[in-house]
Amino acid sequence: MKTFKIGGVHPAENKLSAGKAIETLALPRQAVFPLSQHIGAPATPLVKKGDTVKAGTKIAEAGGFVSAPIYSSVSGKVNKIDTVIDASGYRKPAIYIDVEGDEWEESIDRSTTLIKECDLTPEEIVARIKEAGIVGMGGACFPTHVKLTPPPGCKAECIIVNAVECEPYLTADHRLMLEKPDEILVGVSILMKAAKVNRAYIAIENNKPDAIRLLSDKAANYPGIEVVPLKVKYPQGGEKQLIDAVISRQVPAPPALPINVGAIVQNVGTVYAVYEAVQKHKPLFERIVTVTGKSLKNPSNFLTRMGTPMSQLIEAAGGLPEDTGKVIGGGPMMGKALMNTDVPICKGSSGVLLMNEKEAKRTAPQPCIRCAKCVSVCPMGLEPYLLATSSARGDWERVEHEMIMSCIECGSCQFTCPSHRPILDNIRLGKGKVGAIIRARNTKK
Amino acid sequence: MTLLSIVMANKLIISLSPHIHSGDSVQKNMYGVLIALIPALLVSFFAFGLGALIVTLTSVAACLFFEWAITKYILKREQTTIMDGSAALTGVLLAFNLPSNLPVWIIIIGALVAIGVGKMTFGGLGCNPFNPALIGRVFLLISFPVQMTSWPQAGQWGAYLDAETGATPLALMKQAIKTGDASVLSDLPSSLSLLIGIPDSCQMGAGCLGEISAGALLLGLIYMLWKKIISWHIPVSILATVFVFSGLMHLANPVYASPIQQLFTGGLMLGAIFMATDYVTSPMSHKGMIIYGIAIGFLTVVIRTFGAYPEGMSFAILIMNAFTPLINTYCKPKRYGEVLKK
Repeated sequence: MKTFKIGGVHPAENKLSAGKAIETLALPRQAVFPLSQHIGAPATPLVKKGDTVKAGTKIAEAGGFVSAPIYSSVSGKVNKIDTVIDASGYRKPAIYIDVEGDEWEESIDRSTTLIKECDLTPEEIVARIKEAGIVGMGGACFPTHVKLTPPPGCKAECIIVNAVECEPYLTADHRLMLEKPDEILVGVSILMKAAKVNRAYIAIENNKPDAIRLLSDKAANYPGIEVVPLKVKYPQGGEKQLIDAVISRQVPAPPALPINVGAIVQNVGTVYAVYEAVQKHKPLFERIVTVTGKSLKNPSNFLTRMGTPMSQLIEAAGGLPEDTGKVIGGGPMMGKALMNTDVPICKGSSGVLLMNEKEAKRTAPQPCIRCAKCVSVCPMGLEPYLLATSSARGDWERVEHEMIMSCIECGSCQFTCPSHRPILDNIRLGKGKVGAIIRARNTKK
Repeated sequence: MTLLSIVMANKLIISLSPHIHSGDSVQKNMYGVLIALIPALLVSFFAFGLGALIVTLTSVAACLFFEWAITKYILKREQTTIMDGSAALTGVLLAFNLPSNLPVWIIIIGALVAIGVGKMTFGGLGCNPFNPALIGRVFLLISFPVQMTSWPQAGQWGAYLDAETGATPLALMKQAIKTGDASVLSDLPSSLSLLIGIPDSCQMGAGCLGEISAGALLLGLIYMLWKKIISWHIPVSILATVFVFSGLMHLANPVYASPIQQLFTGGLMLGAIFMATDYVTSPMSHKGMIIYGIAIGFLTVVIRTFGAYPEGMSFAILIMNAFTPLINTYCKPKRYGEVLKK
C-alpha cells in the first residue's frame, strides 16, 4: 500500500467520534467573525454597527489577491466591530453579529438535490470559488482560488484530494465522505475542470475502509477520479507528504510549490465547499467540526456555523468535563492550545479536542541520548535534535544551513523523543528568527 | 467571557503542539536493552556458574554506586540518575567484556573508569563521546593484561578465581596466522557449538562472559529490532562487512579463519549488537550508521588478523566513536525533495 517515503510516526488513532453522524448545531446567540481567517491579507469590513445581515451576506471583502472575503453565517444585526482572541492566541479585528432568526440570502439553493451538471468555464469556476471565500479547510487556510491559478510556466497535471485526516481524534472529513460522497465527487469534477486536468486522486488512509469502499464504488461513474487507499501514517496529510505518497514526486525546497510537480492538493472539506459554492451558490459559512476527547461525554461531529463559540460545541457534546486540562483547536499533533473556550469557529477549525489534566501535562525532559529516533521519523529528512540544540544556542547561521525552514512543524520528532525534549518548541524559535533574517536580507537586495 | 471560561482560564495548560507523546522514554529503551541481554546472561551463568554471577553483580553494583556518588558529591546534582537504567546497562556490558575469573577489585576499578572517566567526566548520560563500558574494558585490558587474557573454560560451575583456563578460539586463529599453519584451525569448536555457546572441546577457553553464545546475542538483536530500540543499520553493516572481508581473505589464504568462525567468535556479536549500537556514541543518520558499521567491521578484521591483540572489536568501536561527530557533520539524512534538486 502506498505511503510517503521518509519518516513518519503512528500515534494512537483515538477516532472516538467516527461512528457519529453529522448533527446540525443550534444557532449561537452571537457570532464572531475574525477578519483574518486565511493566509494573506486580512479582509476589510463591508458592514458597520447596526447593519442588518442575512446568512450568506458578504460582510468583509478580500484584502488582496491572496486573501478571501468573509460571509455572515447568521441573520441579525451587527453589534460591533472589535477584536477577539482567535485560535492563534492573538487579538484580531472581528465583526460581532447578534443573531435574530435564521434568514438566508435568496440566491442560495437550500435544497439537498444533487446537481451534477456544470456548464461554467474554468475561469468562471475559479471566480465563483474566489467570490465564495473558500480557503483550505484542513487547517492551513490558504485561499483556494490562488492554488487554482498556477503561476506562469507551471502546468497542473492532477488534483489530489486530501481525505487522509491523519490527525488522531478528528473525524470531520471521514463523516463528510460517508454522508456527502456524490457532492464530493461532483466537487472534484468541478475542480478538475477549473484546473484543466483530467486526472484526480482521492487519497484516504486505510483506517477508513467504509469511506474508501463508498467513494470507490461511486467514483466509477465519474471519469478520471481514482480513490487511492494509503497506509496509516502521520503526517500523511501534509501536502508534501501526500504528493509523495500518491504520485511519488517530491516538491523541491521552497520557494517551489506543489504545482511545480504538477499537483494541486485540496482538502476534502474544501472540495465539498467548492461544490456548494459553484452548484448551490452558497458561500463558505458552515463547516463540519469534530468535538472530542477521552473525558467528553458525547464526542460528536457538528455542522457548525462559522463564528459559533467553541464553548457552545462543547456544551452540545456533553459539557466541559471537570478534569479538563487543555482545550485544543484542531488535532493533538498540530492543533493549538486555547486560552479559553470563547474562540469562534473559523474556516480552518477542524476540531475541538479536550484533554484531561493527566494527558495535558508534559513529562519533564531528560538529557538527549542521541538515539536518532527524531532523525528517523522526520518526514522532511531533517535532523531535529541538531536544529533544536543549535536554535537553543542561537546559532542561526547553522540552522539555516541545516534547512530549518523546510520543517513543516508536524511534531513527529517531539512526539517520539524518549527524553521528552521540547524539540519542536526550539525549532519554532529558530524558524522564527531565521525567517526574519531571510526577510531582512531580501529587502536589502 | 462566560463565567465558565473565566474559571477555566486560570487552569488551562497552554503549550505548543504536539500535545501527545508516544510514551517512549529513556528508561524503556535502557531496560529494553537489558531485557535483550537476558538470554546471553543466562548462557554465561550456565557456562561459567559462580564466576559469572560474581563478576556481573560486582560490575553492576559498582557502576550504580559510582554513578550515584559522582552525581551527588562531585556534580552536586539534586536528582539521582541511577534509575534511568543506563548505569546498570554499562555495568552488565562491562561484565560481558570481562573474563569470569577476574578479581573483584579489578572489576571495581573497571567500573570506576567506565562510569567516572568514560561517562560522568563529560557530564553524564548523553554527553560521553566514547562507549563507557568499552573505556572500562580497554583500560583494564591495558593495565591488567595477564588477568584480562586468562580465559576460564566453560562448564566449571562452582569455580571463580580458581577456574581452569585455556586458549580462546581467537588465540587459535591468531596462532594459525603466525605459524602459517591452517591445520590449527581444525581445533576450533564447531560453528554450531559457537552459536549455542557450549564449546564441545572442553579444553577450549571460552572467552568473556557475554561473548560465548552468538545465538543468545542474536536473540537479543531480534528483540531490540522488534521493539524498535535500535535500527538494523549498525549491526547488519558490521556483520556483513566482517563476513565479506574475512570471507575474501579466507578464500585467498585458508590460514585466515572462515567468515563463520570470525562472526561467531570473540566479542564480534556482542560488539556489533550491543556495543556499537550505543545511542550516545553512534551516528545519527542511517547513511552515517552504515559507514560507521562498515568501518568497524573492517577495522575489527584488520586488528584481529594483523594487530598485536587477538580481538579488535573494542578498539574498532572506540576508534569509530571518535569519528562519530565527523560522520554526523558530513552524513546528512536524505532530505525530502533532494532527488529533484539535481
